[in-house]
Amino acid sequence: MPTTLKNEAAVVGIGETEYSKNSGRSELALASEACATAIRDAGLTPADIDGLTTFTMDTSDEIEVARTVGIKDLTFFSRTPHGGGAAIGVMHQAVMAVATGSAKAVVVYRALNGRSGARYSEGVSGGPTTSDLIHWSWYMPSGLMTPASWIAMSTQRYMYENDCRPEDLAEVCMAQRDHALKNPRAFFHGQPLTLEQHQGARSIVEPLRLFDCCQETDGGAACVVVGPEMAKELPHPPAMVRAVAQGAGADQESMTSFYRPTIAELPEMQLIARQCWETSGLGPEDIDAAVIYDAFSPNVLLQLESFGFCGKGEGGRFVREGGLRPGGRLPVNTHGGQLSEAYIHGMNGVNEGVRLIRGTSTSQPEKNDHVLVTAGVGVPSSGMILGQAE
Amino acid sequence: MAISGKEREDFEKKLEAYVGIDIGLEDVGRNPVNEAMVRQWCEAMGDELGAYTDAAAAEQSVHQGLVAPPTMLQAWILGGVAMASGEDDPRDKQKELHRLFDAHGFTGVVATNTEQQYLRYLRPGDEVRAKTSIESISEQKATGLGIGYFINTRTVFRVQDDEEVGSLTFRVLKFEAEERPAATDESAAPMAGKPQRIKPALGHDNEWWWQRVEQGELVIQKCSACGALRHPTRPMCGECQSTDWESVPASGRGTIYSFVVIHYPEVPGYTYPLVVAVVDMEEGTRFVSNVVDIEPEEVEIGMSVQASVELVDDEMKLPVFRRV
Repeated sequence: MPTTLKNEAAVVGIGETEYSKNSGRSELALASEACATAIRDAGLTPADIDGLTTFTMDTSDEIEVARTVGIKDLTFFSRTPHGGGAAIGVMHQAVMAVATGSAKAVVVYRALNGRSGARYSEGVSGGPTTSDLIHWSWYMPSGLMTPASWIAMSTQRYMYENDCRPEDLAEVCMAQRDHALKNPRAFFHGQPLTLEQHQGARSIVEPLRLFDCCQETDGGAACVVVGPEMAKELPHPPAMVRAVAQGAGADQESMTSFYRPTIAELPEMQLIARQCWETSGLGPEDIDAAVIYDAFSPNVLLQLESFGFCGKGEGGRFVREGGLRPGGRLPVNTHGGQLSEAYIHGMNGVNEGVRLIRGTSTSQPEKNDHVLVTAGVGVPSSGMILGQAE
Repeated sequence: MAISGKEREDFEKKLEAYVGIDIGLEDVGRNPVNEAMVRQWCEAMGDELGAYTDAAAAEQSVHQGLVAPPTMLQAWILGGVAMASGEDDPRDKQKELHRLFDAHGFTGVVATNTEQQYLRYLRPGDEVRAKTSIESISEQKATGLGIGYFINTRTVFRVQDDEEVGSLTFRVLKFEAEERPAATDESAAPMAGKPQRIKPALGHDNEWWWQRVEQGELVIQKCSACGALRHPTRPMCGECQSTDWESVPASGRGTIYSFVVIHYPEVPGYTYPLVVAVVDMEEGTRFVSNVVDIEPEEVEIGMSVQASVELVDDEMKLPVFRRV
């Protein structure tokens, strides 16, 4: 069933801090800087903002960000769970708030000291006894407790069931690096990646090697969401939200959905794709570029299939034919993605989606009517389609 | 209980006397910066930058010659094996301060964080020495480990001609360990000794299953109403919503559905490379655990395996799989 969230909101401002391995300041400082920059980019002032939303994993409380940035009354604030799966879930929250009149202008933000602070690569090991910790307890005793290990499990099965070779994982990394070469924000700016470097790098969790895993980054990113009427008055061409949706699939666990008939597909992403296509009235053939969540390179292959850019099991062939590269069938992660630009839990990808619509990406494809942006893989997740103002 | 009242006041006054003072000793590197130590360090750390170990590459680099990795800074002045066995030097004010804490019940010590600053790259031949001062002592803090005080020290590194090349700040917590309940509480397992695997957190919905494992059994939860099997354990049947359940013994026979070989990060208590598999159990459920007694490269999807419940470290039993 389509939702009513078509063209009900637009992204009108984006902002981010520098991306680094050691920010030297608090996550609140990063969040506030990203928000203030996004508000300025939108041509607004903090007093114009009345909504804030972020991830449950963010350590900077909405009211602390509001006080720090100088945002006054808030009529909407919320949080979205499941790590990177929240990256577009937060957009969903903002769009719903604007579409219902719960807020006029919502800032979406995410900031983390992902390298100098708590590092997600170190995995799960304890904490208060919640249903979530009981869940991890099925895996901690055997040592399956890092994001790389969970994604490697589905990747192994995917490669077994389908025509997907290690070189195809490498191609995802190399294509994104190709895009990143021109992006000065990217950690790997100006540094090409070769097949030999990819295959020669150390194994993290077989079948994943070092460059198949995203970076850990210090930084923040934010954007401003307003209604279509207000968007017309603001300086940048708005990135209209054609559709936005969340999804958790049947028999879903957070990162360890190992009990489904097959683990080589993403039912939650298929659910998100269906909602996005039905609401927007668009299909895969209408999408000119995409920001596809890439905590790990195989994430991209499975999502290409979930959204119907290729058939089931054909992700490997799609990338092998150069589909993701500049000038390819679907330029993907034109900022370099989280593999090559920075890992800001998907929020840097939202900003890149907006740049693609504005026509200001450093790896800008000529045609930019519609852009797909997706969120975390393996978790309950989310996705959206951005388009030009009509 | 931590000291209080007049006793605490007197103690904290004594602490004040240590703030800002030099610890009284100078650490002098036993060898100048040299290629052999740099090479060994780079090998151990897996750092392959040419400027550290390859004279020709270093010549071509911005350094125009060999340099030492900046993070080796402290390595040049460490006392080596003697550090572990040596007697305290009576002139060492830092040790004296620690003894003062010990005498007032703050016997625990844990290093909490360190930061280093590098002013220039060190080159072979540089003679490094270092002086340490006590920068600050915090007010009394209640921490997760117990009541205590943070001590910050700052070490300045110099080379020949008194040139400053870097510095290091180091923070330790001296604390009075909290009294823990007797060892009946499993979550309060001792921190010391050989590292053990991470144990499952136990709650209403999974504790019974792990208790059966402790008794050497591998069981599967079964809905008493509709008979559906389910794993992982949950408080309600997703098929018929019944909350009545029982368990049936698992045969332990299964085939590997998928698997991974974990190399990094290495978590204390586990042996690497570590094989973990999702196994299709004969009964129709799946179970995730280690595959043992096999070379990682021999593990395959579709391989027949058999589970057996065994000790995987000194403390925990776990069903693990072997090839059959």
